Amino acid sequence: MHELSIANSLVEIATEYLAKERVKNDESSVVKSITLRIGALSCVHKSALNFSFELVTKDTLLEGAELKVIDVPVTIFCKPCEREVELPGIQRFRCPVCDTPSADIRQGKELDIDTIEIAENASTPA
Amino acid sequence: MTPPEPAMIEPRILEVRTKILKKNDELARDMRDQFQSAEVLVTNMVSSPGTGKTTLLREMLTRFVAAGDRVAAIVGDLETDNDARRLAESGAPVRQIMTHGCCHLEADMIEEHLEGWELSELDFLFIENVGNLVCPTSWDLGESVRVALLSVTEGEDKPLKYPGLFNTSDVAVITKIDLAIPCEFDRNLALENIQSVRPGMQVFETSAKTGEGMDLWIDYLRQKRNQLIGTVGSIGK
Ligand SMILES: Nc1nc2c(ncn2[C@@H]2O[C@H](COP(=O)(O)OP(=O)(O)O)[C@@H](O)[C@H]2O)c(=O)[nH]1
Ligand SMILES: [Mg+2]
Ligand SMILES: [Zn+2]
Repeated sequence: MHELSIANSLVEIATEYLAKERVKNDESSVVKSITLRIGALSCVHKSALNFSFELVTKDTLLEGAELKVIDVPVTIFCKPCEREVELPGIQRFRCPVCDTPSADIRQGKELDIDTIEIAENASTPA
Repeated sequence: MTPPEPAMIEPRILEVRTKILKKNDELARDMRDQFQSAEVLVTNMVSSPGTGKTTLLREMLTRFVAAGDRVAAIVGDLETDNDARRLAESGAPVRQIMTHGCCHLEADMIEEHLEGWELSELDFLFIENVGNLVCPTSWDLGESVRVALLSVTEGEDKPLKYPGLFNTSDVAVITKIDLAIPCEFDRNLALENIQSVRPGMQVFETSAKTGEGMDLWIDYLRQKRNQLIGTVGSIGK
């Protein structure tokens, strides 16, 4: 289950950002949510990632943070159509308009952190 | 009394926009630069368990050693060093990475296991990844060539089931072709499926048992190394 390794890297990055926020803005800052961009070709199972994330954040500063996922479909560049076209699936790398094959993948491999939402810890007295 | 700053109450959105595996990617990029300046072609072999990676690689190493090429291999497995011992029969230096449950290799594992090897004394380095068609795809190991392997015993629809692997690989190898007839392997269908998920992908067909297709496959790797050395030369100018 490689989602565990992915969750660990994710936590490492988010923790760094949170630490900077705490120094810069507010000691009681917490991570409310993390928004990811996950491509259809990235081979990541969302439920396995959520499970791993909960596991590795237990009893840490990130415990309770929510993972939000933006699904990124695969797009290829079609030469005859002279534009980027979105594929309905990942089994057939042909332009849905003109049926020309293309291996020129423009998106769909993402495994990215988009944003991190920081909030004040409500349980911390002012 | 000063009112609290609004920024402290409103949730703040940090625009992070970074790759989750950036640490691995950065290390892999550095390693790729090192491999390139040392003129060593690094190949990462990915397939299911049992496809024939170790058997094929042992055969490749034996041929490279006999031809006087300087080769080495690193092999990843969950447990045991059986594969390293099988590969060492070729006479090439071999190191085993035991991942103890981790289903793929990561760049830092390779870096660690390179210690003590002089890269400039190698022409080819082969990495046999942990047998798995999904997990290794996201981790760049600094390789120049990633090869996806499938055997004639596995079913022709593997490429359709694992498009992620075929789309991050540079080349495909169909192994155990000596078993194609008894396994009723539909070659055309397999090739069609590879082309469906990766138009234009180059495919080699090999048998480590009979030696069929080995020469073409090894020639391909030599060409790749020549290309790599070519780029080093042009950067130097
Ligand atoms: N007939 C035949 N059997 C092979 C060939 N390559 C591997 N095998 C057999 O397939 C099994 C698994 O091979 P192995 O190299 O350990 O696969 P790996 O898990 O991908 O490293 C072994 O029993 C090998 O003897 C081949 O080219 N032809
Ligand atoms: Mg093996
Ligand atoms: Zn088109």
